[in-house]
Amino acid sequence: MVNLAAHASLHHAPARAIPPPPLAVSVVPGRDPAAVPGRAPRGAAPAITDVKLELRDFGFAYGSHRVLKNLNVAFENRKVTALIGPSGCGKTTLLRSFNRMHDLYPGNRYEGSILLQPDGIDVVAPGVSPTEMRMRLAMVFQKPNPFPKSIFENVAFGLRLRGVRRHGILRDKVEQALRDAALWDETKDRLHAPAYSLSGGQQQRLCIARALAVDPEVVLFDEPTSALDPTATLRIEELIESLKDKVTIVIVTHNMQQAQRIADWTGFLYLGEMVEFDRTEKMFTNPASELTEQYITGRFG
Amino acid sequence: MRSLQQTIALRRRQDRVFHVLGALCTAAGVLVFGALLADLLWHGFARIDWAFVTSYPSRIAERAGILAALQGSLAVMVVTAAVAVPLGVAAGVYLEEYAPKNRLTAIIEINIANLAGVPSVIYGLMALGVLVYVFGLGPTVLTAGLTLAALILPVVIVATREALRAIPRSIREASHALGATQWETVRWHLLPYSLGGIATGVILGLSRAIGETAPLVTIGALAYVAFPLPGPIRAEPPFLSFAWLDARFTVLPIQMFNWVSRPDQAFHANAAATGVVLLGLTLGMNAVAILVRSRMRKRIQW
Repeated sequence: MVNLAAHASLHHAPARAIPPPPLAVSVVPGRDPAAVPGRAPRGAAPAITDVKLELRDFGFAYGSHRVLKNLNVAFENRKVTALIGPSGCGKTTLLRSFNRMHDLYPGNRYEGSILLQPDGIDVVAPGVSPTEMRMRLAMVFQKPNPFPKSIFENVAFGLRLRGVRRHGILRDKVEQALRDAALWDETKDRLHAPAYSLSGGQQQRLCIARALAVDPEVVLFDEPTSALDPTATLRIEELIESLKDKVTIVIVTHNMQQAQRIADWTGFLYLGEMVEFDRTEKMFTNPASELTEQYITGRFG
Repeated sequence: MRSLQQTIALRRRQDRVFHVLGALCTAAGVLVFGALLADLLWHGFARIDWAFVTSYPSRIAERAGILAALQGSLAVMVVTAAVAVPLGVAAGVYLEEYAPKNRLTAIIEINIANLAGVPSVIYGLMALGVLVYVFGLGPTVLTAGLTLAALILPVVIVATREALRAIPRSIREASHALGATQWETVRWHLLPYSLGGIATGVILGLSRAIGETAPLVTIGALAYVAFPLPGPIRAEPPFLSFAWLDARFTVLPIQMFNWVSRPDQAFHANAAATGVVLLGLTLGMNAVAILVRSRMRKRIQW
């Protein structure tokens, strides 16, 4: 759990209120920061032993506006971590930092570092290629965004970028990805039909298959079900559950029930700071921060 | 105070007045075009036969044909398209996908928009000074093609940019998120998806260029050509010949103007017939553009 108390201790202050003022943050006394999971201060071993991604004093700014501040969190390997928080809290901004999507637009600045294990490469270091990071950390977007090509070509595109040319290999990998995305049975007889002939939920599973086809280490989901109906949402959630043996998953969601259903860990972001980061059941049954409790009980956001 | 019904009746009358007025204004445009077409067909259609299309001009109106002008127009269009399409598409892609959004880019964009409004005869003067005299290309097919390419370049650039802008950001992000570079995104996604819009712009540009007269007169196109352009194919390797680029030429609108300016009435029928052919070409090209656009729209939807 990284809460404001932990941050506050870094700032040598006993407690700190987050604006707007009515929502005061309580300090949780008597907790040993070293035993707090998810927290990874510089030099100290994180409580999570099998770390995949680790934020160290990570921050992000658009021009002079600092959207994310002093994030120190670790994400466990092959687990699902949900990021929750009210609109504009920076959860999508954080997600898009992991695969350097912000590099596509001018005026953005990363601070601190994001370490990608096992090799410990700093994702946001200036010398690190965004292309490489995007090939290792795949992304599924809020709205299904298949290419206006065939189902097959959508899934094959990432493979083609990696230089796969042999049709047999392409076919096998496309089939495997569609199976992993629970879309194979519905599409096996019409692989060359346009992707736009699929329903919204199928299109989103196609986008997941496209992301999975290239064996990414991490899959980043940006509110992947917000444009889908409840049935399609359920299928995506089941799919995410089934994927976590293979990949590390970070999912941004505005839906707290969804976080409870699928996430092992949950981080609550507010005004660009990680208010609380803990095991999901702990976070939703016994949150350490009053602010978290106010948010998960629906009193704001 | 008027009753509610009266007010409504008054407002409905206003509505009807505008309805009729709008229809009349639309009809004015359609009627003018219809009259023009009818007049041309009336005078010229009877004159069009196979011999008219396959003969060179002659002093005898009945024997004269438009073969030289047809060859010239075709040859000039080939050069125009070959130059304007790659330059215009590349510039459009650069401005839309690569160029930083700063002051310099804004100035360039304004200049391109202005370029589209420059009278075509100015392009002719520019070509006469630069291409004909400085580069010594002479009043040839190559010079004409380059001149018209410069003329329609803004059209192609703007069409390319519009077509690219219609592609949602989410498609670009999907491509980049899979690890594609900017060029791979352009090559495998943006260009294929914008092809319909680009093709439409190119065809509309060419259909404007094929009717241009002033810039070609300015560079010194001929008005009376009674010999064929050198053919593009020859018997010995490399089988292609580019001698036609260096040949003097005439084009359909100049041929038409030449015949109109003669006192003999018989030549006026020839001019009208040439007009029918030219209009047919232009309308045909526009029809192709509309067809391409509607087919692409059906295939790609976001």
